Amino acid sequence: MEFSGTSQQILSAREMGIVACTRCTKAWPMGTQTCARCGHKMVSRDFGSLQRVWAFWIMGLMCYVPANTYPMLQTRTLFQSDESTIVGGAVELAQHGAFGIAFIILLASVAIPLAKFWAIAFLAVSVKSRRATANHSRQIMYEVVEYIGRWSMIDIFVVAILSSLVQLNTLASINPGPASMFFALSVIFTMLSAQAFDSRMIWDEQAKDEDPS
Amino acid sequence: MKDIADPDLDVSLTELIVCPHCDAVYRLKVPEMGEKAICQRCNAVLIAPRRKAGLKIIAISLATFFLILGAAFFPFLNIDAAGNKNSVSVIDAAFAFSSGPLLLLALATAGLILFVPLIRVVLTLYVLVPIVLDLPPARHAMDAFRFSEALRPWSMAEIFALGCAVALVKIADLATVGFGPAFWMFGGLVVLVVGQDSFMCRWSVWNSLEHPNKS
Repeated sequence: MEFSGTSQQILSAREMGIVACTRCTKAWPMGTQTCARCGHKMVSRDFGSLQRVWAFWIMGLMCYVPANTYPMLQTRTLFQSDESTIVGGAVELAQHGAFGIAFIILLASVAIPLAKFWAIAFLAVSVKSRRATANHSRQIMYEVVEYIGRWSMIDIFVVAILSSLVQLNTLASINPGPASMFFALSVIFTMLSAQAFDSRMIWDEQAKDEDPS
Repeated sequence: MKDIADPDLDVSLTELIVCPHCDAVYRLKVPEMGEKAICQRCNAVLIAPRRKAGLKIIAISLATFFLILGAAFFPFLNIDAAGNKNSVSVIDAAFAFSSGPLLLLALATAGLILFVPLIRVVLTLYVLVPIVLDLPPARHAMDAFRFSEALRPWSMAEIFALGCAVALVKIADLATVGFGPAFWMFGGLVVLVVGQDSFMCRWSVWNSLEHPNKS
């Protein structure tokens, strides 16, 4: 795919007075409410979407706090019973010498969720502010956030697998702690927050910058 | 391959395609089989037709359907520590959270690993089988395909498969862990899900639902 001419500029549908379906890419005249091909609701720019982004973002953050303070796993062995939080479990693994696994757990359950909160907030703020960084890197950032979001559920699945598998009567048993539910909710809310973001707004500023007038 | 739309030229709207990610407008030109039409602004793939894609997707969907059913009921991991044995199926794993308020989480887990992927497979078959057989589209096929697309991020079978691997590493030194038949089924499932995504050209499906006779 190359530019057919050098002077030609990519136009957005909004500038051409067209509204497009984000589900099936079909173009309709501005003001059409629903796509007649697939029935998806259409808006040229979803300006209310930022409110939804922030609402889900705050819900996600609120759930993320108890997800870290409550125990994630309750492990009962012959003589002792222990409850460990996400960070506590990683520290314990590191004390046993398993630095690699501890690092992966900290990365997947702490660093990536926090980076996701930061990235969504950055994107939502950036479409409002005038001084926006390169649109391309913001688009990539958005795609990474959308892609990685689902993978955070892996923690919940690991807890589910461990607590159903390790049920060895008196010898050892693992049960899910309350943090697992908050963590799952936090992941779901951040996914909804990322989905609510209208990525077309990233490119609107660029179109204005390139405008010679 | 695809021209940037000229604002002065009054082209009809059916000849345009708009990038769903960045709203860039292009004149529609369907690429050759195996080629891709990519948005010049944000690099999103707009159209990517593949030869016999419909038939391949149907084959993959059928395989996925049976693998999910099999993977759900056969044991996928078994554990052996000092004579105590236990083996679990995916249903058991999902309902590990079945005490008190965690029941909600159990339902969500079961939904994400089993029901959502299953619903997507059934919807895909419902939409694609009439198209491939050159029959008129099934009733509400468009709604079905739209719903299937909306469910896409919530289908997490492949994430669950990786979760198995992580859980294995975590308890490998506690006990002997063995794989059941369902573990391999889930492994196959991951490959199939990725394969299905690479064959699926959404624009082509919408287009053939809109013009059933031309395809």
